[in-house]
Amino acid sequence: MTNDLIHATAAELAAKIHSGEVSSVEVTQAHLDRITETDGKVHAFLHVDTEGALAQARRVDEAVKAGEQVSPLAGVPLALKDVMATECVPTTVGSKILEGWIPPYDATVTRKLKEAGVVILGKTNMDEFAMGSSTENSAYGPTHNPWDLDRIPGGSGGGSSAALAALQAPLAIGTDTGGSIRQPGAVTGTVGVKPTYGGVSRYGLVAFSSSLDQAGPCARTVLDAALLHEVIAGYDHMDSTSINAPVPPVVAAAREGLNGDLSGLRIGVVTQFSGEGYQQGVARSFEAAVSQLKELGAEIADVSCPSFDYALPAYYLIAPSECSSNLARFDAMRYGLRVGDDGTRSTEEVMSLTREAGFGPEVKRRIMIGTYALSSGYYDAYYGSAQKVRTLITQDFAKAFENFDVLISPTTPTTAFKIGERANDPMAMYKADLCTIPANLAGTPAMSVPSGLSDEDGMPVGLQIMAPALQDHRMYRVAAAYEAARGAFGGPSL
Amino acid sequence: MTSLVELMDYDEVIEKYDPVLGLEVHVELHTNTKMFCGCANAFGGEPNTNTCPTCLGLPGSLPVVNGKAVESAMRIGLALNCEIAEWCRFARKNYFYPDMPKNFQTSQYDEPIAFNGWLDVTLDDGEVIRVEIERAHMEEDTGKSLHVGGATGRIHGAEHSLLDYNRAGVPLIEIVTKMIPGTRERAPEVARAYVTALRDLLKALDVSDVRMDQGSLRCDANVSLSPKTTGALGTRTETKNVNSLRSVERAVRFEMTRQAAVLESGGEVTQETRHFDESSGSTSPGRKKETAEDYRYFPEPDLVPIAPSREWVEELRLTLPELPWERRARIQKDWNLTDEVLRDLVNANALDVIIATVEAGAKPDEARSWWVSYLAQQANSKGIEVTDLAITPAQVAKVIELVNAGTLTNKLAREVVNGVLEGEGSPEDVIEKRGLKVVSDDSALEKAVDEALAAQPDVAQKIRDGKVQAAGAIVGAVMKATKGQADAARVREIVLARCS
Repeated sequence: MTNDLIHATAAELAAKIHSGEVSSVEVTQAHLDRITETDGKVHAFLHVDTEGALAQARRVDEAVKAGEQVSPLAGVPLALKDVMATECVPTTVGSKILEGWIPPYDATVTRKLKEAGVVILGKTNMDEFAMGSSTENSAYGPTHNPWDLDRIPGGSGGGSSAALAALQAPLAIGTDTGGSIRQPGAVTGTVGVKPTYGGVSRYGLVAFSSSLDQAGPCARTVLDAALLHEVIAGYDHMDSTSINAPVPPVVAAAREGLNGDLSGLRIGVVTQFSGEGYQQGVARSFEAAVSQLKELGAEIADVSCPSFDYALPAYYLIAPSECSSNLARFDAMRYGLRVGDDGTRSTEEVMSLTREAGFGPEVKRRIMIGTYALSSGYYDAYYGSAQKVRTLITQDFAKAFENFDVLISPTTPTTAFKIGERANDPMAMYKADLCTIPANLAGTPAMSVPSGLSDEDGMPVGLQIMAPALQDHRMYRVAAAYEAARGAFGGPSL
Repeated sequence: MTSLVELMDYDEVIEKYDPVLGLEVHVELHTNTKMFCGCANAFGGEPNTNTCPTCLGLPGSLPVVNGKAVESAMRIGLALNCEIAEWCRFARKNYFYPDMPKNFQTSQYDEPIAFNGWLDVTLDDGEVIRVEIERAHMEEDTGKSLHVGGATGRIHGAEHSLLDYNRAGVPLIEIVTKMIPGTRERAPEVARAYVTALRDLLKALDVSDVRMDQGSLRCDANVSLSPKTTGALGTRTETKNVNSLRSVERAVRFEMTRQAAVLESGGEVTQETRHFDESSGSTSPGRKKETAEDYRYFPEPDLVPIAPSREWVEELRLTLPELPWERRARIQKDWNLTDEVLRDLVNANALDVIIATVEAGAKPDEARSWWVSYLAQQANSKGIEVTDLAITPAQVAKVIELVNAGTLTNKLAREVVNGVLEGEGSPEDVIEKRGLKVVSDDSALEKAVDEALAAQPDVAQKIRDGKVQAAGAIVGAVMKATKGQADAARVREIVLARCS
């Protein structure tokens, strides 16, 4: 029974809970047990909220028993990335500087999840302040990829993806600034979606890079991701960059995709994302996916987006610049860590000692890069130029979408690498986000759907599908059709 | 602590140098809520009670622009004859300070909401000077630090500091002038007159409390000296903490004499922030910074650009109230005042109260007469402004009304005013308490007149014989008998009637 519950999809669990076949408490307890059993090895969670989860589950069970109409995912457990503020539940963002901070408020995403009756199991591990592609930058130790515990689960949202792959939760929330939902999804064999920028409120999402950060759904199936997408998306007056438009009909699109017909759909293969640096098993998996999409009736052709070659350097100016400002507030004055306040030191010294002790090396590196890039005399050359590249990338997307309904590429050039393998080589680490960054810079939606396993190392590979802004449903339709055609590819054994 | 600062004689300064002014005024808007969140925008209050995740800068919080504040900024811009940006953005000004929750201030940088305007400023002698406005932009206020322990209340030497974020996020508009050259010996007066004119304008717009003593209007005065010999621009200093109109004038004057002395001794003026001290009337250097401040401005990514439609701008233009100078021009015409009289009223700070008295029902001449003579004397003897007297324009209008109705004589009216000034309540209360009502009961007056006529039969006869001016003696007698509480004109009427 427990085994069935943890293998089930969110859609299946919801149906069972809402029909009274199984209680949300049983489902929640099964997942809590799974966490207890496996998280010693995986380390997906930073904090498990057993009491809060069971209390929410009981509320849903009572509502179901009372015959109330409950929302589509009510009673289904979820793992929440520790970047989302949760009232009365610790939120560390994977950093020592926020150790012990208990937010007095809920992020909009958190609030929407609670209101929809979703059961939040706890907070998942992540690279500190979402800066990283391996979850090795967490101040609380790395998360391990359930497919191979010696390998990274991707990052920054490795905790959320690993929790899905380890069957600790059927749903998770991630945030994607340069690929932090999609790349972990790809390397753990799970689905990860970065919605259109502004599609999901950022209120309560601890900012890394405000103009790029976007929260999104993570799941093991495309339909589950779509169901979760509709719970968290929508206009929020608390976020000025939130889009005041109807939520794209992603659930309907996912269901439509399941009929397996993509005839007439035009798919562009981005030529920039292939060749040198792409692992052969990843390339072969991608080719196989292209063939399957053709069989589903899609028309496929190559498309060149030349400015995408400059996405990575532009990203590594814009994101650090914004983070250097966003992270200035962590100064020991109001919350979080305080170091050196022994009555002999000045405020500035306490601020400095706290930031020295509280931030990890990658965060410091980016704060320094960003501070430099915004300095008087360098602004135009760095931040200014990067913004121009951003415009060019947006234009390349727009041109490509004149001829194609969606664009595809591998999600990430390689499968999960070994823990420690790239720890001392930031450039190698940064390249994990090569294919995912353009969509962040353009604000367009993109997702990763598993394309099976690499034939050389048996590790999962992801297919990235990109769509124009507010056309999130297009990629869900393609992903669902492909997922059905692809079939099962097994799972990790823990 | 006496600081030995060399100062140059003012006349000598003017002989050798041309002062150049630049004024930056920060005005706190009195919107209901803060600039970027829904917290109450209220002065004072228990520390840290008007706060929320956004104005405390908690992780994850986001700003949302207060539309009312944008509207106020645009109205200020329009009233200052500025162009209103078709598209503008907020920017982050990055620097670390404990009273700033995010360690950046959300402000505007190279894209202000309003720019290129002017304000006509009337000096004490009536001369009008046009001050060019560089820009007016929106930003948020910081919190307040309270330094405990140590002698000065400043951060150095303090044992610990307390932070109050009630003010953090209060909407501010910063209004910056272009360089104001050519003011010569009148530079200090121009500075004061400009801030005065701006204060009156902001008050008329009803966008701020404009209380310099409470910090809702703050002025930073930039001063530099240009040697007459070369005409080259000098190095400027920026004097902060100038908390009254008079201080603006004193601070500018002090800086001129100080800078001139520095230059005269062969030294160089240091570009720095200086602090004005009210008690000594001098300025002193602010905290020395080891490195030049680089604010690393960049567009605020958490906010979307503001693009006010031209229709909105024109709608707002229509909401502009009668502006102070328009009002003055109208009053001068309506009341038929000479330039000189108007200027005296303005300089005496009496125009507003006179207008308010007229609006409360008095005639302009009556209102003016009260405020510039009797009330001005009372203010003068107390060493305060007429506007600070403990009597309202409505109360003055009431007194005038009672005089016109014959309820009070002029003499009684002054006593009533004295009572109000002394805190005895409304004019009606004072009349009641002091028993000052004019004897207006005709039968009582007739009795008093008859008694007076009987007491002076020869005078009575003269009146009967047509010598009307003789009535004065009888009226005087009656006034004496009624202890001045009779309406002399009415008494005279009765006297004449009795003798006809």
